[in-house]
Amino acid sequence: MRHGVARFVTGFLALPVALYLFYVIWPFAQAAGYSVTDWGGYSDRQQFVGLENYIRLFSDELIRKAFWHNVFFLVTVPLFTIALALFLAFLLNVGGREDRAGIRGVFGSGLYKVIFFFPQVLSLVVVAVMWQQIYRADELGLINGVLMKIGLVDPENPIAFTNDPEPFLGVPAVLWWLLLIAVWSGAGFYMVLFSAAMQSIPKDVFEAAILDGAGRFHTFFRVTLPLLRDTVSVAWIYLGFIALDMYALVFVMTPSQGGPNHASEIFASVLNFTAFQKGQFGYACAMGVALAIFTILLAAAQLRITRRERIEY
Amino acid sequence: MSATPDLNRRALLRRAAAAGLLTIPAAGLLSACAGSEPAQEQSSDAEKSKDNPFGVRDGSSVRVVIFNGGLGDQWAKEDEAIFKAKRPNVTVNMSSTQKIKTEEQPKMATRPSDVVMNSGADLMDISTLVNEGAIEPLEDLLAAPAWDSEGTVADTLLPGTVNDGTYQGKFYVVNVAYTVWGNWYNAALFEKEGWQPPKTFDEFFALAPKIKARGMAPYVYDAVHGYYPRWALMATIWKSAGRQAVIDIDNLKENAWKADGVLPALEAWEKLVKDKLLLPGQLDHTQSQQAWLDGKAAFIQVGTWLKNEMAETIPPGFEMKLSDYWSLGAGDKAPNDVYAGAGEGIVVPSKAPNKAAAKEFLRAVLSKEGSARFAELTTSLASTRGSGDNVQDSALASANELMSNAPQDLVSVKFWNFYADLDKESQNLSAELMAGRLTAQQFVDGMQGAANKVASDSSIKKQTRSA
Repeated sequence: MRHGVARFVTGFLALPVALYLFYVIWPFAQAAGYSVTDWGGYSDRQQFVGLENYIRLFSDELIRKAFWHNVFFLVTVPLFTIALALFLAFLLNVGGREDRAGIRGVFGSGLYKVIFFFPQVLSLVVVAVMWQQIYRADELGLINGVLMKIGLVDPENPIAFTNDPEPFLGVPAVLWWLLLIAVWSGAGFYMVLFSAAMQSIPKDVFEAAILDGAGRFHTFFRVTLPLLRDTVSVAWIYLGFIALDMYALVFVMTPSQGGPNHASEIFASVLNFTAFQKGQFGYACAMGVALAIFTILLAAAQLRITRRERIEY
Repeated sequence: MSATPDLNRRALLRRAAAAGLLTIPAAGLLSACAGSEPAQEQSSDAEKSKDNPFGVRDGSSVRVVIFNGGLGDQWAKEDEAIFKAKRPNVTVNMSSTQKIKTEEQPKMATRPSDVVMNSGADLMDISTLVNEGAIEPLEDLLAAPAWDSEGTVADTLLPGTVNDGTYQGKFYVVNVAYTVWGNWYNAALFEKEGWQPPKTFDEFFALAPKIKARGMAPYVYDAVHGYYPRWALMATIWKSAGRQAVIDIDNLKENAWKADGVLPALEAWEKLVKDKLLLPGQLDHTQSQQAWLDGKAAFIQVGTWLKNEMAETIPPGFEMKLSDYWSLGAGDKAPNDVYAGAGEGIVVPSKAPNKAAAKEFLRAVLSKEGSARFAELTTSLASTRGSGDNVQDSALASANELMSNAPQDLVSVKFWNFYADLDKESQNLSAELMAGRLTAQQFVDGMQGAANKVASDSSIKKQTRSA
């Protein structure tokens, strides 16, 4: 009998596991293999060079710069996205007037939910085309055009947006403008995630809080947020991954994919340049492996720090 | 770890994968460093003859990938028809894309297409292709008889075409479009206002206030792609410092960027920026070209594909004309050299299964008939002589005129094809100079620094040019 079950399970699992190993794990292993060679990417010639590529990583100025830009996104993308998503979710679910019908969201919350979620269903190409028009750096750009009409921007000196390397709070302006797009497009999804989590909190908890005289502020920070801890923690990890990537946005929105003059260079853009332009696939694979190790460590640390006892209700 | 011993095992494992065995990835790990399966070549066993110089086999097929950018892909379809008329028994599988590198690079080491037009923003780095031995030298194509005229293929090409396709002493790249670069202006407007297109920066600086007085910006440029302004900067450097200075720059000669004449050329551009002669805003190529067509700026610099690229939005009465890049004046070493050359390169991968048919297809592309259709369809010159002779078009005619008055020497710059690092750095610094964030001196220092870094980097294979 037991033998039969094992065969049954194996029979079902064999194919998916094989596909997973072949299409997911195998390329990872290949990349790790290439990272200790000097493979150029266009031939089948390659030589084993040991850890040379990894040693080179540590003295590469561009990589260091890209690393700090990734760290910027790693801090800001989750922070702003989660803060905004939580705020919106709170308003839409429990932020409204409380009356006899109990706790509810603000007026028209159903409509807002759809609107806020909308960026999530747009493909990246659409998002890019749209934001290129919004950020266009002359009087035909949406933001520049409006600000010029009301006299806030000098027509001789329009805002350059993603073409602006000047630092703002010590970080190139282009990164802040990219951050805005990332938060805008990500907040909707996490709002829905947090909404679902909030709805699973029993209404009586909120009612009890209100009876005890808690305002919206206290309800949120003393009741809602602690009960959402698990969900927020998961969201933080997902957003961390997104922040470590950010490649698509940098690729479509910035001049010379990481510009102007390296001001928006990130790990992935340097990797892409090294692999495909410079033809140093081996070195590029080493970057990829380093990034993967960093990501795994980060996720592990994150889960460890936020691990607490779960509240059952 | 060497590639070859693992190949058979790898092939075996592939077959095992087909059988659905679970052991593949685990065992396959061992061959992580192995190369991929070699492509099986179709043998070209047909007899070579004057009419069939590469021995193309009837019944074989050839896969052609065309870059569908500013020139479109209709011209290639016409070439296909020309090819089919002579070789009806060879199947042509043609496709066009804008994502050359994305789609073709993964196939290069295993089973690439036979003919790849390596062009556009997403192209495969040409030096890497040459260094890796991934593309085929095409000397036999040059030596083959021309498709539909006297002499060899090489005899039919415009000056510079062979040189522009030559890397490390061998001809690898068939550049099909012949491009002339320079400053474009609206001849109708200039005639109406009585303005003369300037020949030197001083003349331009004298004309600029008049243009401004009419509510126009004197100049607009592409602020997003650094390689656009870079053409203009390098043309000025060539005119001012002379041909040898640019050859030295390409060859990474010590302090080449500090040679006489380089800095003054860049200072002219710095002055243009400082004097606020640019249209405000940071536009990309099509946006800036449209702004120029809309009469917001008097001059724009770009190549002869401009007309085709903007064909749909040219306002009525607008007369596009090309003039040469401005020189600095009396002290220039080569004030009249025109920036022209063959671009839009087509390559034949070394592992292409049907190289004979690939070369035969390229012979058809370079034919008199094919290139005439090319010029007609794209209003750009083809690299074959006489392609534009029968095309009625003011833009093409002005380019033709510029070429016929040009001295023998043509401005040509190689370093950005030689070294990806210098390509990136020069694009970045050109954009910074034009944005007014760098001075000419900082540009020179930055480029010299980048060149020194490449020169001393042993992981980068060095290239040289002599002409």
